[in-house]
Amino acid sequence: MSPEVSRESLDAIVRGEAGLVLASLIASFGDFELAEDAFQDAVTAALERWPRDGPPQSPAAWLTVVARRRVLDRLRHQAMRTDKAAALQASEELRRAELAAAEADDSVPDERLRLLFTCCHPALSTEARVALTLRTLGGLSTEAVARAFLLPVATLAKRLERAKRKIRDARIPYRVPPETEWTARLDSVLAVLYLVFNEGYSATDAEVEARRALCEEAIRLARLLAAVLPREGEAHALLALMLLHDARRDARLGPDGVFVPLDEQDRRRWQADELLEGLAALRAAAACAGRGPYQVQAAIAAAHAVTPNGADTPWQILAALYAELEVLAPSPVVRVNRAVAEGRARGPAAGLGLLSALEGWDAARPLAAYQPYHAARADLLRRAGRVEEAAAEYRTALELCRGEPERRFLARRLAEMVRRSSPDKPESRA
Amino acid sequence: MQYALLFYNPPLELVPASEREVRLKETLTDMLAWRKELESAGVFRTSLRLAGVEAATSLRLKGTDVLVTDGPFAETKEILGGLIVLECADLDEALGWARRCPIVRIGTVEVRPEFGAPR
Repeated sequence: MSPEVSRESLDAIVRGEAGLVLASLIASFGDFELAEDAFQDAVTAALERWPRDGPPQSPAAWLTVVARRRVLDRLRHQAMRTDKAAALQASEELRRAELAAAEADDSVPDERLRLLFTCCHPALSTEARVALTLRTLGGLSTEAVARAFLLPVATLAKRLERAKRKIRDARIPYRVPPETEWTARLDSVLAVLYLVFNEGYSATDAEVEARRALCEEAIRLARLLAAVLPREGEAHALLALMLLHDARRDARLGPDGVFVPLDEQDRRRWQADELLEGLAALRAAAACAGRGPYQVQAAIAAAHAVTPNGADTPWQILAALYAELEVLAPSPVVRVNRAVAEGRARGPAAGLGLLSALEGWDAARPLAAYQPYHAARADLLRRAGRVEEAAAEYRTALELCRGEPERRFLARRLAEMVRRSSPDKPESRA
Repeated sequence: MQYALLFYNPPLELVPASEREVRLKETLTDMLAWRKELESAGVFRTSLRLAGVEAATSLRLKGTDVLVTDGPFAETKEILGGLIVLECADLDEALGWARRCPIVRIGTVEVRPEFGAPR
C-alpha cells in the first residue's frame, strides 16, 4: 500500500473502523470509558504511524491490538499503584479480558449490534441515545456531533458523560436483547437511526457539510442492522427509506437556491446507485413478514423514485399509501402529506377537507404554528383558484419558515398569488 | 447487584370512596402474588410498606438547629408508598421484574441501582 496517505483518508478509515473496534473493546472490558480512552490513544498512534509507514492491511485489527495493549497497560499500572488485593483483582481481570477478547474476534458484526442496542437502551434519554450512537458506533468526535446538532460542545460532552455513567452505575447490560424483547427495543434503535438521518437531511444551510456526516452514518448503521437482522422487515425498510431520500438530496435545490418540490425535481440529479440500492432494500423488506410504518414510508419514496417524469406522479397510489400510514402511525405530519396527495389525486377540495379535520389535533403543539400545514393549505388553495386565501396562507407559512431555500420558494409563490389577485396590474408572466 | 424499586402511587383519597376498599384489596393481593414470584426466583431481598405521608416527620438544619416539621419532604401528587430491594444481574433483569409489578398499573415504579457496586 502506498505510504502517501492523506489526513482525510486516514480520518475516513478511522471513522469506518471505529464502531467495530470500540464494540470489541467494550465487549472485552465491559467499560465504555476505558474502551474509548484506549481507542483515542490508538487513533493518535495511527495518525502518527500510518502516514509514515502506510496504513496496515487491516486497520481495524491494528487499532484493536494497539488499543487493547493500552487498556492492559492502564490496568497493570493501576494494579501496581494500589494494594495487593486490587492487584490480584486486576490481574484476574486481565486474564478474563484476554480470554473474552479472543472470543470476541469471531463475532464482529454481533459486537456492533450489541453496542447499538446498548446505546439505544430505553433507560437512556432519546438525546443521549442519539449522541452515544454517533460517538461510539459512528466514530464521530464529540465536536462533530455537537456541530451537527447545533449544540455547545460542553453540553454534548456532559450528555455523553451522563449516559456513560448511567450505563455503568445502573449496569445497563451490553448485549442484544432476547428476541421476545425485540419489538420494543428494535423500535428504539430504528427511531434513533432515523432521527440521526433526518437531522442531517434537513440541513439546508451553512451546516450542510457538518450534518452530511449524519446521513452517511445513519445509512451505514442501517445497512449493518439490515445485514445482521435479515428477517426484520423494518430494518430493511428503514435502510430503503433513507437511501431513497438521500438519493434526491442534490435535486432539492434549484440553481437559484430555491426549494424544489419532489414532483418538479430534475430526475437527472438523483443518485442512481442509491436509488437502486434503496429499491432493493425495499424488496427485501417486502419479503419479510409484516408491514410496518417504515415500509409504507419507503414505498411512498419508491413511488416517486420510479416515476421517470414528475408530471406522471401516481398521486392515487400515494394517497392510498398515506392513508395506510395514517392507520399505522397517525400524526399531523402524515395527515398533511396525505392531504397534499389527495389534493392532487381527487382535487383540492378533497385535500382541504382532510386538512380541516386536523384542527384541534394536538393541543400541546398548536396547528397554527405548524408550518407544513400552512404551506400545504396554501398550495391546495392555489390549485383551487382561491388566490386571496392562498396568499394569506403563504404569508403565515413564510412567517413560520426557518430554512432559506423554502422561504424563497414560498415567497415566489406568494408573489404569484399577489399578481393574480390584482388583475389591473400588468402581468409580468404569461 | 442490588436495585431498589420505589413505589409511587396516587394517594388513596383520590380514588372514589366507593371503590377504595376493592381497589386496595386487589392491589394487595396482586402485590402478594408478585412478591411470591420474586421469592421463588431468588431475587427478593427486602421490602417495606410505608404509612401515609400524614404520618411523616421531616428534619432539616435551620441555622445551627435541627428543625423538626410535620409532613413529608415534598408535597407531590404521587407519594412514596413503599419499596422493595432485589438482587439482579443487570438493569434489564430489574426492569423485567419492575414491569410486572402491580403498582405500574396505578402509579409509577422507580428503579434505582445501589451506589458503587463492583462490576
